[in-house]
Amino acid sequence: MNPIKTFPKGGVHPEENKLSADKPIQNFPMPKQIIVPLGQCLGAPADPIVQKGDHVLTGQLIGTAKGFVSANVHSPATGTVTKIDVVMDHTGYYKPAVFIDVDDQEQWIEGYIDTDELLTEIKLAPNEIINKIKECGIVGMGGATFPTHVKLMIPEGKKAEYIIINAAECEPYLTCDNRLLLEKTKEFLMGVKILMTAVNAPKGIIGIECNKMSAIELLDKTINENRELYKNIEVQPLKTKYPQGGEKQIIKAITGREVPSGKLPIETGCVVVNVASTFAIYEAVQKNKPLIERIVTVTGKSVKNPGNYRVRFGTPANLLIEAVGGLPENITNVINGGPMMGKAVSVTDFPCIKGTSGILLMTTNEAQDRHQTNCIRCGRCAIACPMGLQPFLLNKLSKLNMFDETESNHIMDCIECGSCEFTCPANIPLLDYIRYGKAKTGAIIRSRNQK
Amino acid sequence: MNNILIISLLVLGILGGVLAVILYFVAQKFKVEENPLIDEVEAVLPGANCGGCGFAGCRALAEACVKQGAEKGNIEGLACPGTDMSKVAEILHLTATAAEPKIAVVRCNGSCANSPAKVHYEGADICAFANTLYAGEGGCSKGCLGLGDCTKKCPFDALHINKETGLPEVDEKKCVGCGACAKACPRGIIELRPRGKNDRRVYVCCSNTDKGALVIKNCNVGCIGCQKCVKTCPFEAIEMRGNLAYIDPTKCKSCRKCEEVCPRGTIHAVNFPPRKPKTEEPVNQEVTNENKANA
Repeated sequence: MNPIKTFPKGGVHPEENKLSADKPIQNFPMPKQIIVPLGQCLGAPADPIVQKGDHVLTGQLIGTAKGFVSANVHSPATGTVTKIDVVMDHTGYYKPAVFIDVDDQEQWIEGYIDTDELLTEIKLAPNEIINKIKECGIVGMGGATFPTHVKLMIPEGKKAEYIIINAAECEPYLTCDNRLLLEKTKEFLMGVKILMTAVNAPKGIIGIECNKMSAIELLDKTINENRELYKNIEVQPLKTKYPQGGEKQIIKAITGREVPSGKLPIETGCVVVNVASTFAIYEAVQKNKPLIERIVTVTGKSVKNPGNYRVRFGTPANLLIEAVGGLPENITNVINGGPMMGKAVSVTDFPCIKGTSGILLMTTNEAQDRHQTNCIRCGRCAIACPMGLQPFLLNKLSKLNMFDETESNHIMDCIECGSCEFTCPANIPLLDYIRYGKAKTGAIIRSRNQK
Repeated sequence: MNNILIISLLVLGILGGVLAVILYFVAQKFKVEENPLIDEVEAVLPGANCGGCGFAGCRALAEACVKQGAEKGNIEGLACPGTDMSKVAEILHLTATAAEPKIAVVRCNGSCANSPAKVHYEGADICAFANTLYAGEGGCSKGCLGLGDCTKKCPFDALHINKETGLPEVDEKKCVGCGACAKACPRGIIELRPRGKNDRRVYVCCSNTDKGALVIKNCNVGCIGCQKCVKTCPFEAIEMRGNLAYIDPTKCKSCRKCEEVCPRGTIHAVNFPPRKPKTEEPVNQEVTNENKANA
């Protein structure tokens, strides 16, 4: 095993609470009706290409990407399109979606290779792989949902030296990536190999936090067993510290290189891809399977039976909550994602989409808004900030709408990890104000660049 | 000890004297002749620097008034929302053109009673931030968030959040129609409308352009786009913007027929004398009274 590495600046260590770490992935039964939102990724929502009354097969394209940063949407089930209307997403806003009534018999699209065997031969050329990833609508499934094919298009003059697989899963409670590593180890490693071929990277490194020792050992063992096949793939244990899985943090931890302010990770010669996305890439390239399902962790301290489920997109979240024993008493917060970066939802019947990594139920005791007091400039937030910013200052400046000052204090480098707010002894909602300031400052910078 | 005191007093005294003389001559040499009228005009203006006139502040408007008065002989197009421009015209010995006075109108009636809270918001009390996070406590994605970005921006202390309804209320006496609140609202709920004759106005108290079925889910008094008012209006003053009725204040004659027919009580008529009681339609009467209480 390689020596444990970590990022040097800041970070916090929240209670891990990986309650569902030893719960095997279960296939979630297909609901009667699924509602597939057309905007499932960062960027523009897809254009629907089906109409009311159309019969769609599992994996059929139902929405085409619109614009550069956008991803295709495929039908997660076989059935009939009943309408194309709006549906409330987890924020409570109405978003366009395709409503599909599911048939009893599942029928896949032509070309899908339905096999559980490991397909080791990569038949496609690098640019064909990237095209396939684009066709299959694969996005970053850690939560940010950035289209993966955009990430893999290396700009001219740059070279990808490392493919880094982000398996840190530093968010407390979430275990979906961990389970995937344990249950689909070989497929996942093939995914890494495909990615290395796609961007012509000589080395692939899998960064995993040390609280997932079983996954680290299993990966090491599998690689050692078949050195020929998994050539140049390495497992790098990382210290259990939040936000180890931040793109910039994991690059710094593994390679020692720092992404320059305002630049993309490719400047350091690294391409960082999430575990679930890597597995989806294996399935897309080798089995011709578009992205129509993902693993969702449904958890919480008072949940009777937390678990990991393989869920088709468009499944309403309240069905998942019912599957773990229903909404327990005293639940005040239902969070889409992990407790650090996830957002509390407005409605519980929102459809699961590509970025839904977990559904977390928190009780009044865990999630209550604690009494806020004044900032005493203790500087804990500045110590905790993994980007080396001064959150207390950015908070104040954002509050006062001093956006020229926020810009010169590098508010745009904030990765919104929430370490500052977590560590603040005065319970100030630092990240709220910083996010507000970041949005405003970003808008000002964009309008200035347009001129 | 004494010596030091005397020396320093002398040195500083002489230095101050010499510099004062220099400053005096410099001030004479570089004196900028400013029209004294500017100061007079500025004194009439409210001095809140709200920007409602379109200039950087009250001083800038005063300068513009004096300049245009001297060049063109009128102050057309220049208007302070908070001042009677005839006073300015008097100072400049001109005839004033009266601009139509305006007032801020909150086009949302999704109070705690009309749009009951489904979720509870905890976080920074900035509407612009909450707007990016969620639709709102009542669930309406176009309705008032009630965190008071508008009240914070009002330079005349004319907007306050009513604790009971959770909505901002405009103080008609204090509001000058500068539009600072309208700019601050991330959802564009606040509109500047003409005050109307005797402060009587008719307006649609909703900003939701969604389909009626979605509006009904979240709010008891939202516009559902039934178009009854459009058909009723004898002056063709009402148009549909998406699924939302909009009353054009330039065409509206304040007949209040639309208010009568609105099935949701979304159209508000304010500052009208109470209607003569109609025995055959007691329901409408109730709705009207309620509206007045909310408006």
